[in-house]
Amino acid sequence: MTTVETSSATNQRSADIQASRNGPASFDVERVRRDFPILSETVYGKPLVYLDSAATSQKPQKVIDAMSRFFFKENANVHRGVHYLAERATEAYEGARAKVQRFLNAEHAHEVIFVRGTTEAVNLVAQTYGKTHVGEGDEVLITEMEHHSNIVPWQMLCEEKHARLRVAPINDAGELLLEELESLIGPKTKLVAVTHVSNVLGTVNPIRRIVEMAHSRGALVLVDGAQAAPHLKVDVQALGCDFYAFSGHKMYGPTGIGVLYGRSELLEAMPPYQGGGDMILSVSFEKTVYNKPPNKFEAGTPNMAGAVGLAAAVDFLAGLDHDALAAHEHDLLAYGSRALSEVPGLRLYGTARSKTSVISFVLDDIHPHDMGTILDREGVAIRTGHHCAQPLMKRLGVAATARASLACYSTHQDIDALVAGLDKVREVFR
Amino acid sequence: MNGELRDLYQEVVIDHSKQPRNFRKVEGATRTAEGFNPLCGDQLTLYVKLADGVIEDIGFQGSGCAISKASASLMTAALKGKKQEEALALFGRVHILLTDGPNGEVKLEDVGKLAALSGVWEFPMRVKCATLAWHTLRSALDGKGDRVSTDGEESNR
Repeated sequence: MTTVETSSATNQRSADIQASRNGPASFDVERVRRDFPILSETVYGKPLVYLDSAATSQKPQKVIDAMSRFFFKENANVHRGVHYLAERATEAYEGARAKVQRFLNAEHAHEVIFVRGTTEAVNLVAQTYGKTHVGEGDEVLITEMEHHSNIVPWQMLCEEKHARLRVAPINDAGELLLEELESLIGPKTKLVAVTHVSNVLGTVNPIRRIVEMAHSRGALVLVDGAQAAPHLKVDVQALGCDFYAFSGHKMYGPTGIGVLYGRSELLEAMPPYQGGGDMILSVSFEKTVYNKPPNKFEAGTPNMAGAVGLAAAVDFLAGLDHDALAAHEHDLLAYGSRALSEVPGLRLYGTARSKTSVISFVLDDIHPHDMGTILDREGVAIRTGHHCAQPLMKRLGVAATARASLACYSTHQDIDALVAGLDKVREVFR
Repeated sequence: MNGELRDLYQEVVIDHSKQPRNFRKVEGATRTAEGFNPLCGDQLTLYVKLADGVIEDIGFQGSGCAISKASASLMTAALKGKKQEEALALFGRVHILLTDGPNGEVKLEDVGKLAALSGVWEFPMRVKCATLAWHTLRSALDGKGDRVSTDGEESNR
């Protein structure tokens, strides 16, 4: 399958010049951008400036190709068949699992469970570990900055079990108040569920420390890694967490695939999540014997192409110099924050000392929704609203914010376009 | 600024969003209804004082985007003194205009000042902002008092 060359010679030359202007010399963002076909789209006659990667990331050609290739060459149902294609498909699927194991530095491949996404991963833990370990009077601790997907499953569990949901507070900069968090972990706390990186504030939470606090008091820790996986190097053994969840589509992979990492002993002891084919060893009307992890938690035909796409995304990230990428994103975040803070009437939300890739803001009393529409017509895509974090919005004292989020293909010009767009917004509402 | 954006954020709309008319609670309101747009957090409470089938007074409170505020403001300005049936008929016409646009069944002339909202037709993601006040009005006039949400409203595109 041939890749269509989309750049002309002149674009190539100016891209090379720009690459040397664009921050750390070791990260060639223009070259990375050429891997993403959608970035050459125009919207309303203007170049697409995609600043909504925290909602979903764009996909590199490699990922698109890997999935197409699967359908062209390897597609069959996994695990059960004895024919050639079934073997190829199984290799591709289990190969993807091994890749993710290495990506997370998990001790065993069977600790990697494929699910639909972070939301499903959290629900899985709530409905299996949660159901059997959280009882009346027990406590689950979350934080003020969580996404609804790391709030609602716990609310549902606590309601069902008559357990108590407790919430660790943040300061105005968007940082967890660690002493308060620690004081909220008590003898009744069964689980602490916390985000690694906030999708609104960009705050990077000190997971290692939180794990130590929790474990020393007999509580487990589940980490929502949806926003972390594309930006940070995740090492679940180093973090020491009990569960780690992330989504493929936020880290340059397809939608419909995500991962729940769980420590071996925990997964062995947990009851199954969904029942059906593949998660069993044997079925009779008298007795059914469940399979071992990971299969115990993967009922039915899996999203094979999705897993293949996720593996290709892992490869894509591995192919980038992680330090150079991190430096590029950090540089861009600093550039963006500075540029936006110079816009009159603009207020930034999320100013933690340790943060990554997300800039939330409001502008005078202009509703983010109106900002978003005007920016859209300039070709600039941001997200506006409550970002699935209504409790956090309430804590910040706003109904909604505008959010620009960065990825490996974001550039200084993207930020400049956003700032120029905001000038237009201010003009409309003068 | 591009033409469609100019239509959406025309002067009347900006004016009404900055200084919404009838932006107050109505003392002695006989009907109250709440509307909510979960997509963006627009929230609105409508107060209607009906007497002998006539909208004697109408006002609103709440927070939301420029489109939702302007729509509520223009609506209350247009409806004061109108009969209940006239209000509901206007709701029907405005709804068609907002979803089908100026080349649909309803012409701009049929809705008076409310024609200022017609630009929203080109922005399907924003139609719910404009219709929120109107759905809330209908709920208030129906007297059911249910909280109106724009979720579940079928897309017209």
